[in-house]
Amino acid sequence: MIGLIARELRLSLRHGAESMAALLFFVIAGTLFAFGAGPDPAILTRIAPGVVWVTALLAALLPLERLFGPDFEDGTLDLLLLSGWPAYAIGGAKATVHWLTTGLPLLIIAGPLASMLRLPGEKLPLLLLTLLPGTLIFSLLGTLAAALTTGARRGAMLMPLITLPLMIPSLIFGTAAATNPHPVAPLYMLFAMLLAALPLAPLGTGLALRAAAE
Amino acid sequence: MPLVIWSGLNHSRTHPSIPCRGTQHLLKAEKLSIFRGDRLILNGISFSLAPGGILILRGANGAGKSSLLRALAGLTPLAAGELLWDNLPALADREAHAARIGWLGHQDAVKSALTPAEQVPQTALALVELEKFADLPARFLSAGQKRRLAIARVVAAEKPLWLLDEPTTGLDAASVDRFLELCAAQRQRGGMVIASTHTPLDLPNMQVLTL
Repeated sequence: MIGLIARELRLSLRHGAESMAALLFFVIAGTLFAFGAGPDPAILTRIAPGVVWVTALLAALLPLERLFGPDFEDGTLDLLLLSGWPAYAIGGAKATVHWLTTGLPLLIIAGPLASMLRLPGEKLPLLLLTLLPGTLIFSLLGTLAAALTTGARRGAMLMPLITLPLMIPSLIFGTAAATNPHPVAPLYMLFAMLLAALPLAPLGTGLALRAAAE
Repeated sequence: MPLVIWSGLNHSRTHPSIPCRGTQHLLKAEKLSIFRGDRLILNGISFSLAPGGILILRGANGAGKSSLLRALAGLTPLAAGELLWDNLPALADREAHAARIGWLGHQDAVKSALTPAEQVPQTALALVELEKFADLPARFLSAGQKRRLAIARVVAAEKPLWLLDEPTTGLDAASVDRFLELCAAQRQRGGMVIASTHTPLDLPNMQVLTL
């Protein structure tokens, strides 16, 4: 499985512009909120966690279409399914690579972006703590949605329609944990969702990939 | 667990003239029926392949050659009939079945951003005369060279059963001869080959299935 992940990582580093595009989107969209909402620190401080969460979610969606699309079109998907690995392992590897190339960089940039939006420094660790399971859930569910739309006509239109409802619960509990004075309960909920997605999303991804290859 | 597409494995044992893994297997198809979408395109397909056997699939475009190969690989389900490997159901365990197969699909599955050496072991590149291009990104390769790279990947994986979908597409005459030598080496060590092709071929003990 390490070999599988290493190969996918190498490929996505060669196509580095795609991950960069997601990061740029994240930074630009976050900055635009500061212009749109005005420079009032009170307002910015209030909306900062929500803005960071929403823009991170949207940025994580950007590279999804390239996750399986090229593999499906150039025949690599067949080879992956015939590589002797179970299909869920392929799904897990793809989700891991998506997180390493998109989720982790988003997590790293989220700190400076939140400070720019006037989030007080003492609230930053909590925001990042919610974004850690958050970005992992984005990668897992996003990979599932990408696999479901692989090979479908108008997949580009289907993708957000499938992904967004899947991700809204984690958005609700994530921002609740980041802003609530009692963050423990929503945090538990967020980690529970991660624990559920961890086995289920790759399993679903595997099934969807098999169906796409038929 | 073997991984066909990952370069860096199997470096040491890729030359086909080395008789390796002399295990003898038997592949048998009994009355296979295959759907494509809602349409039954193949019905009652039967054949059997002994060690060293080669089966050439003939038929017009759209006759179902690719569909049959995909079904034999376990990528698409069989509507009816049974595929037997050593007289046991082959598709019961799809991962185990995949481990027997060297797959060359309709497309080359060559990643243009990676170099040939990153996709296929170096020793296998020499077999298809691509060692000069080992460190050049694959987008600079011609269509025929990409096909040869895909063939090298099949050879390097050292699987007992090759499933090849029009392997000679885009190859020049010398490369077709080279490919036939590789097939002969595969058969010599007890491997089996099933290939669809429009190229007229006359190989010893060749079985032909016209769809």
